[in-house]
Amino acid sequence: MSIMRRICLTVVGLYLMFLHTFSQGITRDTAAFQPKKLKLDEINLVSSYYTQTGDHSAIRGGIGPEPVTDLANGVELKWVGIDAQQRKSTLTAGMGIDYHTAASQAWISKTGASRHTDGLRLYPSLDWTRENERRGSSFSVGAYYSNEFNYKSLGLSAGITQKTKNNGEFGLKLSGYFDQVKLILPSELEPAGAYTIGRNGELRHPDYPSSPRQTYTASFSFSQVINTRLQVAFLLDGVYQNGYLGLPFHRVYFTDGTDSVEKLPSNRLKLPLGFRLNYFLGDRVILRTYYRYYVDSWGIRSHTASLEVPFKITPFFSISPFYRYYTQTAANYFSPYEQHLKTDGYYTSNYSLSAFSSQFFGAGIRLAPPKGIFNTHLATLELRYGHYTQTTDLVSDVISLNLGFK
Amino acid sequence: MKGKILSGLSLVCIVMGVGILFPSCSTVKEYQKSRINDSEMTLANRKVEKSELNAQSYREGSSGANSGKTGGGCGCN
Repeated sequence: MSIMRRICLTVVGLYLMFLHTFSQGITRDTAAFQPKKLKLDEINLVSSYYTQTGDHSAIRGGIGPEPVTDLANGVELKWVGIDAQQRKSTLTAGMGIDYHTAASQAWISKTGASRHTDGLRLYPSLDWTRENERRGSSFSVGAYYSNEFNYKSLGLSAGITQKTKNNGEFGLKLSGYFDQVKLILPSELEPAGAYTIGRNGELRHPDYPSSPRQTYTASFSFSQVINTRLQVAFLLDGVYQNGYLGLPFHRVYFTDGTDSVEKLPSNRLKLPLGFRLNYFLGDRVILRTYYRYYVDSWGIRSHTASLEVPFKITPFFSISPFYRYYTQTAANYFSPYEQHLKTDGYYTSNYSLSAFSSQFFGAGIRLAPPKGIFNTHLATLELRYGHYTQTTDLVSDVISLNLGFK
Repeated sequence: MKGKILSGLSLVCIVMGVGILFPSCSTVKEYQKSRINDSEMTLANRKVEKSELNAQSYREGSSGANSGKTGGGCGCN
C-alpha cells in the first residue's frame, strides 16, 4: 500500500512540475521560416487503474481465483525542432511504472504460501522521427526496455512513412523484442536442493536461470482520406516469435492427477489484419469503427469489432461511449484442468488460449479547449472507463486518465 | 494450418489491393480537411486507451494490427 501511495504522490508531483515548466511562457514565432532547435513541445501523463476477478488461474492449472490489480503511470515528453532543410525532428522520451498485485502468484508454492504477490514494472522508451513535409515522408527509430522481477525485454524499431499525391499514406515499421523469461517453477517441480535457508530461517532461492524469447514484427499500414468526412486505414502485422513462449509457473494437471509446467511450441507465427473506418456524421458525431481478423500457427482465429461514437457537446468537449466484441477459437494445445493426456506433445490450461468471447464497453470524456483548460498549459484532459467480461467468467474494470500539457 | 494461414494471406492481399485503389477516388483539398483533421478522427488508438489494450493483449490469445506494441512485457500476473 505504501508503494501505491508513493506512486500516487509522484504522479501528483509530476503534474505540478509540468504546470510550472510550461508556466515559464511560450514565445510565438510569427516571423518567416527559421530553423528551430529541439524544444519541449508536449508532455503527456497517463495513469490507469485495472482490477480483475476470475476463476481460472493459469498458475493452478486452470482453476482457482485470479484477482489482479494494476496501477500504471506513464509520462511522455516530446521535443520538436526544424532543421535548415525544413525537416521536422521529434524526439519522444517515455517512462512507465506499473505496480501490480496478483494473489494467485501465492500458488507458485504448492501450499499457496509464496510471499511475492506484487511487483513493479519499469519501462522507459525513446523514439526519434524525422519528417520531410515537402517530400511527404518520414523516418523513425525507437528503443524500448522493460524490467520486472521475472521478465526483461529490450525492443528496437525502425519505420518509414510515405504520403501519396491523393491523401493516402503508406507505412512500414520493423521491430524486434529480445526478452528473457526467468524460469520460476512451481515449488513442487523445483529440483531438489533449489532452495536454501536464509539467516532468519526463511526459504531463499538462488539466482533463477532464464530463457530467451524473441519477437520480430513487420507492420504495414495504408491510410486514405476518401472524402471530407470519411477516412480509412488498413493495418497488417506479420509477427514471428521464437524461444520460450510459455510461462514456467503455469501448471497443467493431467487426467491422472499429476502436474507439470505448460509446454508450448518454441515458435509462433501471427497474422493480424485490421481495418479502421472513421466517419464524421453531421457536425457533432464521429463514428470510429475497427475490425480485426487474426490467425496464428497455434490454431487461434479471432474476430474483433468495435465502435466508438464521440459526441461533441461543444467543439472542445466530447463524450464517447464505446463497445467492443471479441471472439476466438482455442489454441490446439489448450485443455481445461485435468483433461490433458500425458501423451500430449504440447499442453496448457491458460484460459487466454481457450475458446471464448468477450465484451468491453464504457465511455470516455475529452476536454481540449484551444486556450487550455482554465487558461493553463493543461491542453487536453481525457478520462475513460471500461468494463470487460469474458465467457470464461473473467471480469475486469479499467479507468484511465490522460493529461496533455502544451 | 498452412491452409488457414494461406487463406488469411489471400484475404490480406485482397484488402490491401482494394486499399491501393482508393487514391483514385480522393480529391479532398487541404482547406477541406477541417473534419478529417479533428483530433477524434485520428486513425490510431489514443494514449488513454493504452492500459486497456495491454490488458486485452494479455487476457486474449490474439494481438496486433492496432498500431500498438506486439511484444515485450510479461503480463503474467
